[in-house]
Amino acid sequence: MKDTASGPTTAVSNPPVQPTEAYFDQGDITRISATRNVPQPDRELTKLAKLIDVSKCIGCKACQSACVEWNDTDPGVGENVGVYENPHDLTPDMFTLMRFSEWENPVTNELEWLIRKDGCMHCEDPGCLKACPAPGAIVQYSNGIVDFNHDNCIGCGYCVTGCPFNIPRISDTDHKSYKCTLCSDRVAVGQGPACAKACPTQAIVFGTKDDMKAHAEGRIEDLKSRGYENAGLYDPEGVGGTHVMYVLHHRDQPGLYANLPEEPRISPVVEGWKGVTKTAGLAVMGIAAAGAALHGLFARPNEVEEHDEVEADRLVDGRDPQDGGQV
Amino acid sequence: MTNAWTDIKNTDLVVVMGGNAAEAHPCGFKWVTEAKARRGAKLIVVDPRFTRTASVADYYAPIRPGADIAFLMGVIRWCMENDKVQWEYVRNYTNAAFLVKDGFGWSEGMFNGYDEETRSYDMDDWEYQIGDDGFAMIDPTLQDPRCVWNLLREHVDVYTPEFVENVTGTPKDKFLTICEMIGECSAPDRVMTSVYALGWTQHSKGAQNIRGMAMLQLILGNIGMMGGGVNALRGHANIQGLTDLGLMSNLIPGYMNIPRDTEVDFETYIAGKANAPLRPNQISYWQNYPKFFVSFQKAMWGDAATAENDWAYDYLPKLDVPTYDILRMFDMMSKGEVNLYFCQGFNPFLSFPNRAKLLSALSKLKLLVVMDPLQTETAHFWQDHGIYNDVDMASIQTEVLELPTTCFAEDEGATVNSGRWLQWHWPGATAPGQAKPDTWIMSNIFLRVRELYRTEGGVFPDPIVNLNWEYEDPMEPSPEELAKEMNGRALRDVYDLADPEKLLVPAGEQVSTFAHLRDDGSTMAGCWIFSGSFTPEGNMMARRDNSDLGDTGTFLKWSFAWPLNRRILYNRASADMKGRPWDPERTLIEWNGEKWVGFDVPDTAPTAKPDEVMPFIMTHEGTGRLFSRKMMVDGPFPTHMEPFESPVENVLNRKMRGNPAARIFPGDLEQLGSSADFPFVATSYRLTEHFHYWTKHNKVNAALQPEFFVEISEELAADRGITKGGRVRVWSNRGEIWAKAVVTKRIKPMICDGKPVHVVGIPLHWGFMGAAKKGFGPNSLTPFVGDANIQTPEYKAFLVNIEPAAEEPVA
Repeated sequence: MKDTASGPTTAVSNPPVQPTEAYFDQGDITRISATRNVPQPDRELTKLAKLIDVSKCIGCKACQSACVEWNDTDPGVGENVGVYENPHDLTPDMFTLMRFSEWENPVTNELEWLIRKDGCMHCEDPGCLKACPAPGAIVQYSNGIVDFNHDNCIGCGYCVTGCPFNIPRISDTDHKSYKCTLCSDRVAVGQGPACAKACPTQAIVFGTKDDMKAHAEGRIEDLKSRGYENAGLYDPEGVGGTHVMYVLHHRDQPGLYANLPEEPRISPVVEGWKGVTKTAGLAVMGIAAAGAALHGLFARPNEVEEHDEVEADRLVDGRDPQDGGQV
Repeated sequence: MTNAWTDIKNTDLVVVMGGNAAEAHPCGFKWVTEAKARRGAKLIVVDPRFTRTASVADYYAPIRPGADIAFLMGVIRWCMENDKVQWEYVRNYTNAAFLVKDGFGWSEGMFNGYDEETRSYDMDDWEYQIGDDGFAMIDPTLQDPRCVWNLLREHVDVYTPEFVENVTGTPKDKFLTICEMIGECSAPDRVMTSVYALGWTQHSKGAQNIRGMAMLQLILGNIGMMGGGVNALRGHANIQGLTDLGLMSNLIPGYMNIPRDTEVDFETYIAGKANAPLRPNQISYWQNYPKFFVSFQKAMWGDAATAENDWAYDYLPKLDVPTYDILRMFDMMSKGEVNLYFCQGFNPFLSFPNRAKLLSALSKLKLLVVMDPLQTETAHFWQDHGIYNDVDMASIQTEVLELPTTCFAEDEGATVNSGRWLQWHWPGATAPGQAKPDTWIMSNIFLRVRELYRTEGGVFPDPIVNLNWEYEDPMEPSPEELAKEMNGRALRDVYDLADPEKLLVPAGEQVSTFAHLRDDGSTMAGCWIFSGSFTPEGNMMARRDNSDLGDTGTFLKWSFAWPLNRRILYNRASADMKGRPWDPERTLIEWNGEKWVGFDVPDTAPTAKPDEVMPFIMTHEGTGRLFSRKMMVDGPFPTHMEPFESPVENVLNRKMRGNPAARIFPGDLEQLGSSADFPFVATSYRLTEHFHYWTKHNKVNAALQPEFFVEISEELAADRGITKGGRVRVWSNRGEIWAKAVVTKRIKPMICDGKPVHVVGIPLHWGFMGAAKKGFGPNSLTPFVGDANIQTPEYKAFLVNIEPAAEEPVA
């Protein structure tokens, strides 16, 4: 056994147990919310991905359990409202959720119980990051991971609006936004995400995006041989592809899987805002961004145009309080 | 399991019936996923509910709870009709050719010789015809009308696809599709595995359900094959170890029997275990019973067990009834016949049927001692918890002592998994507070009791004061000491029986196989089937080499599997009469002209000639049994029996109720409900989010599945005015519960015997202690009756009624 393990590869078997070298760090950040001209790192990391094979998933919630344990969250003991989803939705304390859909296939007349692990998709083109007005609250690494830096989060909820998958949740307690980090802290030291490690059927696998796509091809072939003619990979182009992908039996109907979006896109409002925030936007909310943990964050002033001002106001006024935004 | 978890990856077809492996055994289920992903294996699920396992299955069919025998006999009939039989296997490796006595017969759903008074059969004729040579008579041509094959053909004749559909509610087309998928596995190079769990055992005829599948697998030639077998998925991490070590009221370790009171002396007892082979050249390995028994007695009583006192035979208790199983104990307790009850690692107040009866029983005890890592409902049965435990505390005088124990993660030792692997583990954490290992508690009690017997005497102090107790710290025998004792060692030099000059094991040394155990007092072994687990080379159970020679999934260097590190039982049957593997792609062992060689430990004598010695060495016949002789009290073939509470009459005999050979106590019979009052079939089951009644104490598990619920179909919900997420009341003739309603498409009404049958699914996991919301277990409703052979309670099929209930008042 080597003293140290190499960077993450396809973690379809157990991840390494020996200590590993740091694999990536803040120097690998390529995008920062509300920040222009982020200095680009010298190296470009291999793109990573988590692949969730819905056809292998048994809905056991070991991933949810591992997520709670690793992130040390407390989703609380809720109640049963007549469904298997518990908690009932993603929460600031539950970054991933099994969603169960009962569907009677009109072609075969057979019932299908479609179980999808919901959570952050880690878009290559992250709507949350583009929408975020707080400098440094959301970052993306060159390997594709989209991470939140809670020190910089102002709890405005723009990320919720910006997310085409309705993922981030704002905490009522600390007014910060939370979502799956793809276990960036584990991946950084050569471990796979906690959910992938806990998954008993290897429905969740993790590795380079190329490896995951190749793995998915084999799975899709298997599903087609079992009569799922429309089996396919969900890696939607509208957000530049994602670093969490699904193998679906019915790729032609993603909506069957608890309303997985057919063609997810970043809201035109967010896109129109050019992904840039401005101090005026912050002033509207009366909250100041605190802390600049990341290198080069405030190195350059943000430029605000009149158009941006207008769009910012629209966003703030049109905000749905249900999204948990703080005013 | 005949096979092992890791072996499931070698299969072509997984049949999950009588279980829900993805839900209840998610980690082991990974091997099903492996077989599907790597071999293109197919998965069939037959279950009253569309389960989590069904969600990843290739084919699903519904079945009415408790109708499995009809289904399985129907499949057997279909295979016989359609020539889906592994003929060479059936002719040679099963008792198909054996001739049965003329008196054996079956009509109107019953075997000959039933006595209603004693609820038992006269089994004398459930036996082979014995020839002048003293061996069972056979007809290798299978022409004799009295041969097992023809009797079986006759027996299953009634189970036509139409009959199956009518009884089981499984649509005929689905049943036939499954027959065809199963039938393919009669080819020597196609193998099916059966994985089942409590969905088959928790019936009044549970053992016969499993018999049905065992027979089918013999007919398909799938026993002993890689990727085959009949595989019980055990419910607790170490429940396999529990039975191995004889923690049953009628067993001693290694599946030997506690004597009955009719076996008045050692000679009579051993004579009953003669086990002479019923066919020439057969091994009939239980002939070695005296060696294992005497070695056990030496482990128990050391020097006090001598040839002169018949190895302390008189020290063993003698049963006056077949078993003192837990149903019987609680029945006695309810009559005030038990004063003191020790409850160790067990929560009967939620795990055993008819909670009202359990409450009355526990209330009549003088002293209840509960040893458990958790605060169980049993230990708190006397506490008022509103509707969740509505008791009159003042009227209960039972004194309860809770002794906190370590849990598995705080202990060292071996647990035996479903595949018979003894896997050694080490403590992962220090026990909290005053928790102590069970061995510490038991030792301290024993030493004090022994002292009382020494000083004060008693009626028969010998078994107590003479108990062998040679441990470094008598107050706390170490796991290693106990493991060595179970493995066994030589007390005197042990020589080869064939060569008296050849020393096999010097005195004092650990034995490495039970073949070295003797019946002359020169060896001791606490559990003969564990011999080889702790040898002079060390602790075999602690081995962690996961290399896998031949990629067979046997992993021979990982831990230790009983017996003798054998991973697939009956593996001799994976090769033909010349010793060549049926399927060269699945070579497990083969005959090289002189001996058996291969990737697993051969399940036969190493030099047993393939055309002489048949593969089933533990049976008297050397063959697998399609006809089980007198081994089971409810018949040598499985026959369709309804649950004790059923929505329909038994179509084979409309007067028959339940299993006619099952024991049911007076009082419990009267408490059975009828379908007029209780029109719906209830079945109980586990959920992935929880483990029995433990994990409701854990906040994470409680968050993932927080509150007790029942599951019903959309049709039943509409019929009863029940809404999704609404509160319901469910009641049987024994009790009532309140729950949230999950209304689902995954349960659908079935048509049985001409009328619709609705199923109410009742998960267990909730009680009135722990982190999850307070709730009920299904045992508030279930009948107090068990399997006719082993008394496993009938939890999977009983009758209830259901109605909407008002929301729980806010306290």
